[in-house]
Amino acid sequence: MSGAKSSRKLYSSVPDKLFDTANIIFMICLMIVTLYPFLNMFALSFNDANDSIRGNIYIWPREWTWANYEYIFNESSIFYATYISAARTIIGTLVSVFCTAMLAYTISRQDYVLRKFVTIAFIFTMYFNGGLIPNYLLTKELGLLNNFWVYIIPGIIGVFNMIVVRSFIEGLPEGIMESARIDGAGEFTTFMKIVLPLTIPALATVSLFVAVSQWNSWFDVFLYNSSRLELSTLQYELMKILSTSNTAASSGATAADAFAGAQGNVTSVTPTSIRATMTIVASLPIIIVYPFLQKYFVQGMTVGGVKG
Amino acid sequence: MGKHTGQTVTAAATTGNSRIGTFFKQLSKQKMLMLMSLPFLLWVFVFKYVPLWGWTIAFQKFRPARDLFNQEWVGLNNFKMLFQEEAFYRVLRNTLVMSSINLVLGFVTAIVLALLLNELRSLMFKRTVQTISYLPHFISWVVAANIVQTALAPEGIINVLMLKLNLIDQPILWLGKGEYFWGILGATEVWKNVGWNTIIYLAAITTIDPSQYEAAEIDGANRIQRILHITLPGMKSVIVILLIMNLGHILESGFEPQYLLGNGMNVDYSENLDIFVLKYGMNMGNYGLATAAGMFKTVVSFIFLMVANNVAKRLGESRLY
Repeated sequence: MSGAKSSRKLYSSVPDKLFDTANIIFMICLMIVTLYPFLNMFALSFNDANDSIRGNIYIWPREWTWANYEYIFNESSIFYATYISAARTIIGTLVSVFCTAMLAYTISRQDYVLRKFVTIAFIFTMYFNGGLIPNYLLTKELGLLNNFWVYIIPGIIGVFNMIVVRSFIEGLPEGIMESARIDGAGEFTTFMKIVLPLTIPALATVSLFVAVSQWNSWFDVFLYNSSRLELSTLQYELMKILSTSNTAASSGATAADAFAGAQGNVTSVTPTSIRATMTIVASLPIIIVYPFLQKYFVQGMTVGGVKG
Repeated sequence: MGKHTGQTVTAAATTGNSRIGTFFKQLSKQKMLMLMSLPFLLWVFVFKYVPLWGWTIAFQKFRPARDLFNQEWVGLNNFKMLFQEEAFYRVLRNTLVMSSINLVLGFVTAIVLALLLNELRSLMFKRTVQTISYLPHFISWVVAANIVQTALAPEGIINVLMLKLNLIDQPILWLGKGEYFWGILGATEVWKNVGWNTIIYLAAITTIDPSQYEAAEIDGANRIQRILHITLPGMKSVIVILLIMNLGHILESGFEPQYLLGNGMNVDYSENLDIFVLKYGMNMGNYGLATAAGMFKTVVSFIFLMVANNVAKRLGESRLY
């Protein structure tokens, strides 16, 4: 190695190392900023509520207790809301993913005469929508107000999801579907027996998107079903607690006062501990599931993002 | 059609009636495919196109007690009222400012993060950072708003840190001061979506030819130069496409974060078009005005999208369609 070359290498490697170190430090900061709020909520949810008032709980509970979790699951409204959240997530995901996949299959067929028409009819809706009031009136006219099915039916097809699945099916080797048809299988059988199993990577992505949006939504509960408590969901219950403490904060009183007033008695829980506990319950299912689907949704986003 | 010789031959052979004939023959052969898609055509008609017809409400003095066909027509009155409403200009300003902040911050942070992630040498570490950075995207806005409210509370972590660092001498009521709201919202959006938004840029980076980096290295380009002159230009077409799509959504500044973090003290800054529609429509029952505002939003958005797409076409960039 010549002297000149090695000195150049040395010269360029010092800023290089500095860059790498700075980059790693930056990434660690990013992870801390992302994770800290969840760890903080976790710590508060497992810490004794009255002890939490003393403050200084950061990422680990000071006085461990299950009391907060016991409290919210004994509260029948929250228990029932969790059940509705789970029901809409499971039913909504199964129905939507199946229907979206079926529709995507028909428009992936190059020879299908209505292919263009169907595709355009759906893509158009990505840019134009009736908006809040017409949608509300339609829901009312269809008898979907105060009805569980308002969580499922209006969201059966997601256009973006449809594009993701269609692109995936179009990427499958043509021969497989062709041979099934030669063997005399009808379109529906081909779809069920051949296409669905082969499309699982795309369906995993789409299922995650649908399940997350079902589990997370509260606005449809608020708009359509707020007068029927038994159709409330976990996110909506959490939202109500949030807005109570919002009003309390702007009227000068502390959230704890408002909550104690609403409760009318002394309990072992505080609004802070309830909020933290519900936050953990409302995000835990997602936190557990999404890392396992990372490979799929990264792929799905890439395909849908480019072709959509 | 003349460009494709194959198609010209078939087109010449099947003219007029016989072409319609083959269409129907094809259609009857594809009965099953039709059965598999027609229910959804019906669905999209009812749930997406019928509400479009609901735009007529914008031209009516709508009374919910009467049925949809017996409403009083008032021409452009609702639009006149809308444009005379002082609150409308305030929410329009808030909408435009918030979505511009989100657009610029969202783009810059995601691109920078993607570039930095790409420079990490350890694949394990890179994957860990990515997985963690996706997390906030998946949690609901209700949870995110809870987190933000907790962090910004008088005794929350932000005030605690700033007091310890002597940046302030007493806790600030962050969500109680309207002028902080846009900044808080921008930061929250970045926190929630920056990791997720890197996915598409990282995918674009993987398509860059590695030999370009080798050539640059031989030419003596350093790390920063390689990022600026190879990686960044390699992402250009994706950036342009996303920019077009986002310009089309310039009036969609979001609804949930503003609604959930908004309160009586910051309402002058937090209220946007969507909240305006909700307030006038659902709370005050002025359906005509609310629908007019919603229609205004969709139409202006579409014009923005068209203009952005045309500009991209002129510049010779890849575009949406």
